[in-house]
Amino acid sequence: MTNPNPSASEHLPRAPQVDRPPSPDATPSIDADELTSFHEEGLEVVARSQWQLARRRFFRHKLAVGSLIVLMIIVLVGVFAEQIAPYSYREQVPLDARMAPTLEGQHYFGTDVLGRDYFSRTVFGIRTSLYVAGVVALLSTLIGALYGAVSGYFGGWIDNMMMRFVDLVLTLPILAVLIVIAALLGNGTPIRVAVILALFYWTTLARIIRGNFLSLREKEYVEAAKASGASDIRIIFRHMLPNSMGPIVVNATLIVATAILVEATLSFLGFGVQPPEPALGKLIDDARGFMQSMPWLVMAPGVTIVVIVLCINFVGDGLRDALDPTQRRLRA
Amino acid sequence: MLIFVVRRLLYSIPVLIITSFLIFWAVTVSGDPLTTVRQIPRVSQDTINAIIERNHLLEPFLVQYWEWVKSAFTDGFGTTLLGDAPIMPDIRRVLGNTLQLIIAAEILSVILAAIIGVVSAVRQYSAFDYTATTFSFLGFATPTFFLALLLQILFTNLYLSTDVRIFFTSGLSSAGADNFFIDRLQHLALPVITLAVLGIAQFSRYVRASMLEVVNSDYVRTAKAKGVKKRNVVMKHALRNALIPFVTAIALDFGGLFGGAIVTETIFGIDGMGRYLVGHLNTRDVYPVMAWLMITSVIVILFNLIADVIYGYLDPRIRYD
Repeated sequence: MTNPNPSASEHLPRAPQVDRPPSPDATPSIDADELTSFHEEGLEVVARSQWQLARRRFFRHKLAVGSLIVLMIIVLVGVFAEQIAPYSYREQVPLDARMAPTLEGQHYFGTDVLGRDYFSRTVFGIRTSLYVAGVVALLSTLIGALYGAVSGYFGGWIDNMMMRFVDLVLTLPILAVLIVIAALLGNGTPIRVAVILALFYWTTLARIIRGNFLSLREKEYVEAAKASGASDIRIIFRHMLPNSMGPIVVNATLIVATAILVEATLSFLGFGVQPPEPALGKLIDDARGFMQSMPWLVMAPGVTIVVIVLCINFVGDGLRDALDPTQRRLRA
Repeated sequence: MLIFVVRRLLYSIPVLIITSFLIFWAVTVSGDPLTTVRQIPRVSQDTINAIIERNHLLEPFLVQYWEWVKSAFTDGFGTTLLGDAPIMPDIRRVLGNTLQLIIAAEILSVILAAIIGVVSAVRQYSAFDYTATTFSFLGFATPTFFLALLLQILFTNLYLSTDVRIFFTSGLSSAGADNFFIDRLQHLALPVITLAVLGIAQFSRYVRASMLEVVNSDYVRTAKAKGVKKRNVVMKHALRNALIPFVTAIALDFGGLFGGAIVTETIFGIDGMGRYLVGHLNTRDVYPVMAWLMITSVIVILFNLIADVIYGYLDPRIRYD
C-alpha cells in the first residue's frame, strides 16, 4: 500500500462481515433440497446485481444507516418547512421577544430581540442550507465528472494541460477566494451562492474520475466497444461513466457536507445568502451580539449544522465502503 | 536534488503568472470598484477622477493588468482605492500577527495529532482509539466559526462567574500588561485552539492510517522478531516512516489555515490578515483585496514547493528527474 490518505472510517465499529445464507424467499426458483445441497458443498450461487451487493454492504454499516435515518428526517423538515414551522421566519412579535426555549407558544428554540421565533427560523434555515448544498453537489459533480472523463479518456497532452489547471485551482486558498468572489458579486441568492461554490469544488472528483478512466481505458470491454466502432461519446457515457458511479456518488455525498460548512461560513461573515432569506450561518451571526445572555440562539442553528454534517459524513463513509471499497477519503 | 529545486522554482513562475491573472480577472469582472465610492457623498468628482487615473480604469483590461503587476513590484501594490493608505505596510503588519497565529496552531495540531495518531494506531480498537475517532468526526463537522463562538461563550462566562482570567476572548494584547509574553499567550490561546482543532482531527486520522500501514509492514515484523523493544520499534522503525507523508500534508495545509484565519480573526478581533481582508471586502476596496490574494497565493505556492523538496529529501524512493 502506498496510499497514505487519511481515512476516517475504515475501523469504525461495524457488524462482522459474515455472508449470511440466502433466505429461501430470495431464491424462489431453487427448491429447498437443492439449496441445502449447495450449502453442504459450500457453494452459494445466488445471482445478485452490483446494486444489491452494495445495498447489503451499506445496511451492514449500522452507524451509516442510523445517520441516514436522521438525515432523512432533517431533509423532510426542510422540505415541509411551511407545515412544520409554527411561525414564519420573518414574523416579528415584539411582545414575545427574548424568550428562552419553551414549549409555551411553541418557541422551542426561544426568540430573538425582535421577537422572531428561532425554531421556525432554524427550520427554514435547514431548507436554504440543504438546497444550496444539494445544488453544489449536483453542479460540481457534473463539472468534475465531465472534466475528469475528458482528461482521463483522451490522455496525452490534453490530460496534461487539464490536470495542470486542476493543480492550479487546488493551490488557491479556496475559502479566501470564495469569500472574495461572493462578497464582490454581492446579492447572494441561494442559487448564486451555490453556483459560486460549485465552480471551486469540482477538482477532487475530476482527479478521481481521471484516475479511474486512465485504468478503465485499458479494460477489454472498452477495447471491444472501440473495435465495434462505438463513438468516444458513447464509450464515455455508456461504458466508462457507469463504471465510475461508486466514486461519483461517494464524492457527491462528501461535497454536500463541505458545501454546508462553507455556505454557513460565508453566510456567517455576511457574504453568503442574504437576508431576509434565512440561512443557518446567518442565524448564528444574527444571534452573536446576544450570545452571552441568550446562548441558545447560537446553539440551535450551530448544533443543527454539526448534526447534519456529522450524519452526511457517516453516510458518505458507509457509501464508500459499499460502493467503492478501494477508495480512501481525501478531504478538501 | 538541486536541479529538481531549480526546475520546481521555474515551474512556479508560470503558475504565479496565471494565478495573478486569474485573481485580477475574477476581481475585475465581479463589479465596478467605483460603485461604492460613488455612493459616498463626501467623495468629490475630482477624487474619483484621480482614482480612475491612478488605477488606469479607462484603459483596456490587459493594460490594467500590466499596470497592476508593475505596481506590485515597484510600488508594493500601490494604495487603497481612495489613495489614503499604502497597502504594503498594512499587510506587513497584519501578516506578522497572522503568521504567529497560524504557526502556533500548526505546531499545536502537529504535536497533538502525532501523539493521538500513534497511540490510536498502536492500540487499535481500544477505548482511546474510539474516543479519538469520535472527536475527530466531531472536529470535521463543527464549523470553525461555531467552535470559536462556543469557546468565547465558555471563557467569558468563566471569567464573569469566577473573576479569574485564564484566556482573553478578544484582541491581541491588553494595555499595561506586566509580562508581554504571557499576555500574548493568553490572547492567542483561544484563536490557536480554534484553528488547531480541524488540523488535529485531520492529521490524527492521517498519522493513524499511515502508522497502521507501517506497523503491518515486513521490516517492522522483522524488528519485532529480532527482539527490539516495543518502544524502539514504534519510535525508531515505524514512526519515522509513517511521518513522511505527514510532512507534505502539513505544508499543504497552510492555504486552509489562511482561510480559517479569516473567520477566527474576525471573531476574536485580531488585527491580522483575515480581518484586514473582511474589512476591505465590506468597503469593496478591491486593491488591498487583490494584494491579499496574491501574497497569500505566493505563500501557499512556496509551501507547496517546500513540501515537495522535503518529501524528496526524506523519502529516497522518490526520485525526481
